[in-house]
Amino acid sequence: MSNLQVSIYRYNPETDSAPYMQEFQVDTKGRDVMVLDVLHMMKEEDSGLAFRRSCREGVCGSDGMNMNGKNGLACITPLSDVVKNNKLTLRPLPGLPVIRDMVVDMGLFYKQYERIQPYLQNDTPEPAIERLQSPEERDKLDGLYECILCACCSTSCPSFWWNPEKFVGPAGLLQSYRFLADSRDTATSERLSNLEDPFSVFRCRGIMNCVAVCPKGLNPTRAIGKIREMLLADAT
Amino acid sequence: MSNLRSLTFDAIIIGGGGSGLRAALELAKSGKKTAVLSKVFPTRSHTVSAQGGITCAIASDDPNDDWRWHMYDTVKGGDYIADQDAAEYMCSEGPKAVFELEHMGLPFSRLDNGRIYQRPFGGQSKNFGEGGQAARTCAAADRTGHALLHTLYQNNLKNNTTFLNEWYAVDLVKNAEGDVVGCIAMCIETGEVVHVKSKATVLATGGAGRIYASTTNALINTGDGIGMALRAGFPMQDMEMWQFHPTGIYGAGTLVTEGCRGEGGYLINKDGERFMERYAPNAKDLAGRDVVARSMVMEILEGRGCGEKGDHVFLKLDHLGEEVLGKRLPGIVELSKTFAHIDPAKDPIPVVPTCHYMMGGIPTNVHGQAIMQDEGGNDQIVNGLFACGEAACVSVHGANRLGGNSLLDLVVFGRAAGMFIESALNEGIEYLDASESDIESAMKRITRWNDSEGGESIPALKAELQDIMQTSFGVFREEKNMQDGVKKLAELRGRIADAHLPDKSNAFNTARVEALELDNLMEVAEATAIAALERKESRGAHSRYDYPDRDDVNWLKHSLYFPATKELKQRDVNFKPKTMDTFEPKVRTY
Repeated sequence: MSNLQVSIYRYNPETDSAPYMQEFQVDTKGRDVMVLDVLHMMKEEDSGLAFRRSCREGVCGSDGMNMNGKNGLACITPLSDVVKNNKLTLRPLPGLPVIRDMVVDMGLFYKQYERIQPYLQNDTPEPAIERLQSPEERDKLDGLYECILCACCSTSCPSFWWNPEKFVGPAGLLQSYRFLADSRDTATSERLSNLEDPFSVFRCRGIMNCVAVCPKGLNPTRAIGKIREMLLADAT
Repeated sequence: MSNLRSLTFDAIIIGGGGSGLRAALELAKSGKKTAVLSKVFPTRSHTVSAQGGITCAIASDDPNDDWRWHMYDTVKGGDYIADQDAAEYMCSEGPKAVFELEHMGLPFSRLDNGRIYQRPFGGQSKNFGEGGQAARTCAAADRTGHALLHTLYQNNLKNNTTFLNEWYAVDLVKNAEGDVVGCIAMCIETGEVVHVKSKATVLATGGAGRIYASTTNALINTGDGIGMALRAGFPMQDMEMWQFHPTGIYGAGTLVTEGCRGEGGYLINKDGERFMERYAPNAKDLAGRDVVARSMVMEILEGRGCGEKGDHVFLKLDHLGEEVLGKRLPGIVELSKTFAHIDPAKDPIPVVPTCHYMMGGIPTNVHGQAIMQDEGGNDQIVNGLFACGEAACVSVHGANRLGGNSLLDLVVFGRAAGMFIESALNEGIEYLDASESDIESAMKRITRWNDSEGGESIPALKAELQDIMQTSFGVFREEKNMQDGVKKLAELRGRIADAHLPDKSNAFNTARVEALELDNLMEVAEATAIAALERKESRGAHSRYDYPDRDDVNWLKHSLYFPATKELKQRDVNFKPKTMDTFEPKVRTY
C-alpha cells in the first residue's frame, strides 16, 4: 500500500482524559498535495478533527503546526517537503496550551505582540496628504512588515518556551523592530525603554530556530540583534 | 424559555476584515461600546489576501489626477448599474481614507519623491477615458491587503476595541416590529451560545466565493452575513453579478494580482499570441476583468488554450526581469513557486478565470444602512441593520468591479458606517426588546443541527453545491443550464435541511461551524441562481449566450431578490451624483 501513514495529535477536553496520537491511512492518489489537503481528507473521515485554516495560500497564518518535528504552515507545505519514509506526524504548535486537537490557545503569543505597542506612533500633526518616506527608508521595513502572526517562530523558540510571560519572543520583537525601523515613528525611546529589562529582548540566545521555521522567510534573529544594538547605544 | 446569557453593546460588528475593522475603529475612537465579533482572529480575514492595491486618486503618480476620472472608470467598469451617488462618494472621499491609512502606519511602497507608489490597473483612464491609461492603484508591494488589515487591527488595539475573536454569528434577532436588535452568536472555543444585544448590527462578513468549486477566496468566505440577512427576510441586490478574476493559478485557484499586468505582464495563448490585442485593442490586458476573463474563455473554447487539455492560458512575466519581480511582485513569485511549481522569472504562470468577488449583496445607502423595499417598490431603511464591504451592495461596483476598488470600498464605507452609527447613537436609538419567541426563532437552525440524528454528510453536500454553481453559473450562462441548476439547488436545499452533524461536542467544534456555513452557502447560491436566471441580458460579469446584448430598456436596473417568495424584482439605479453631471450609459469598449 502506498497510503500515507499519518499520526496526529488528538485531544478533546470533553471526552479525553489525556491527549493521544491517532493513526490515519490517507490515500493521496500519489499526488504531492499540501499537508492542509491531507488534514481535509482526514476530516472527511472524522468530522471531529479540529484545526484552524482560512486563506489556504500562506498569508493568513491560521494553520501553523508542527509537521514531522518542524513548525510551518500546513497550506503551503507540500508532502514532499516533510514526509519521510511515507510517514507524517502532525502535532499542534509546541509550548502553547491545547484547546482541542491541533488548535492551541494563542493568548500568550498575542499578549506579547500587544505588549510591544504594534502600531505607528507619531506625535507630530498629521499632514493633509500622506507622510513622505523615501524608497530607501521604506526598504528598511522589508523583511519586517510581512509577518503573518502564525506563531511558528515563537513556538519553536526555547527561550519563549521557558519564559513566555517575560520574553517577548521572535514574532513580537520582529514587529517591535518594524516600528523602530520606521522613519515615520517617533516613539523610539519609549519603545526601547519598554524592552530594556533582562528578559524582554535579552533572553534571546541566538538559537535561530525562528529563522529556520519562518514560512515567510523572515529573520527575527537579525531584527533582535538590531534592537540589542539600539538598546546598547541608548544605554551609553 | 431561553436562558441564554446576553451581552450588550452599542454596536456589534460582525466580521473582522477590512470594512469591519474600519467601522470598529471609528466607533472605538468615539467611545461607543463596540465589539467586533469574528469567526477567525481578525488578521486571518480574507482582506489579508488582497494583493495589488487600493485604487484612489491621491494624485501621486500623476499630480493632475482627478477623482472624477476614477468615478468615470468605476461607473463604466460597472456597466452603468453602479449607483452614481455612491461611486461619487467613494471616489471623492477616497483620498482622505487612504491618507488616514498611511497616517496609521500602512507601509505603502514609495516613489522617489516620497509619495505613495501607484501602479496601473485594469479599466483605469485619465480624463474620462480620453487620456490613456492611468496609474491609480496605491500599493504596498503585492501585499496591500495584508498591510492594510494588519494596520487596521493594530490601530484597533491602540484604541481598545473589544474583540470577540473566534465567535460565530448564527442569526439576526429581530423584534416584533421587524427591527434588527442584535444576533445569536456562538463562542467557538467553548460552544457557548449567547444573545448579543445591540442598537446597531453591522454585517461586515465579506464574500462567499466558496459557493463555487474554483475560487480565489479563503475557505472562510461562506457568505455568513448574506445568509443571515436572507433568513431574516431581507432582500439581496445584484446577486447574479460574480466576478471571475482572469488570473487564478490553474488547478490551485490562488490569486495572481492584476498588478502583474499593471507592471507589464501579459496573457498569451498556446501559439504565444498576446490575444488581448484582438479583444481590447486599446487597453489590451488592462481591460475590465469581465472582458479579460471572457476573452480567455473564448481562447480556450476555440482551441487555443495551453497545456495538455488546452484548458488554461499563460501569464507571461519573465520579460519584467528579476529585479521588478522581486521589488514589486515578491508575493507572486512565492505563490507561483508554491502552487504552480514555476519561477515566473523564467516561465509563464498557467492561469484560468476563477471566482473572485461578489458584486451583489445587502443593498445599502452610503451610510451603510440596509435597505428593503415596501409594497409600492420604494426604498425603506431596515432599522438596526447595517452592512459594509463585500457583503454590502452600495452599489459602487455595479455589474463588474474594477481592480483595487474593493479595498477602497472597505475603508470608505466601513468608515462611513462607523461615522453614521456614532451620530445616530448620539441622537438616541430606542427599539423594542426582543421577546423570547424572537430569540427562539433566531435559535432555530443551530437547534436543528444540534438535534440532527442522521442524514447526509456536510462536506459531500457542500461539494455538490459548488459543482452545481460551477457548472451552471460560470463565466458564460444559458437559460436551460441555469434552469437545471436552479432545480438541483431546490432539491439540495431539502437535503441540507435533513443533513447530519455527527459531532455535538462543545469545545472548538469546527464541524458545527461548517454546518452553519453550509446553510449560508445554500442561501447565497440560490439567490445567485435565481437572479442569474431572471436577468435576461448580458451586462458586466453576467454574460448569457441566449441574451448576448446589454438591454438598457429593460435592465438598466438593480435586481432585488426576495427570499420569502424567491422572486426577482427591480430597483432603480441612482443616476444623480451630487456635484456633477450624470455619466450616461454608453457602449462599453476598452
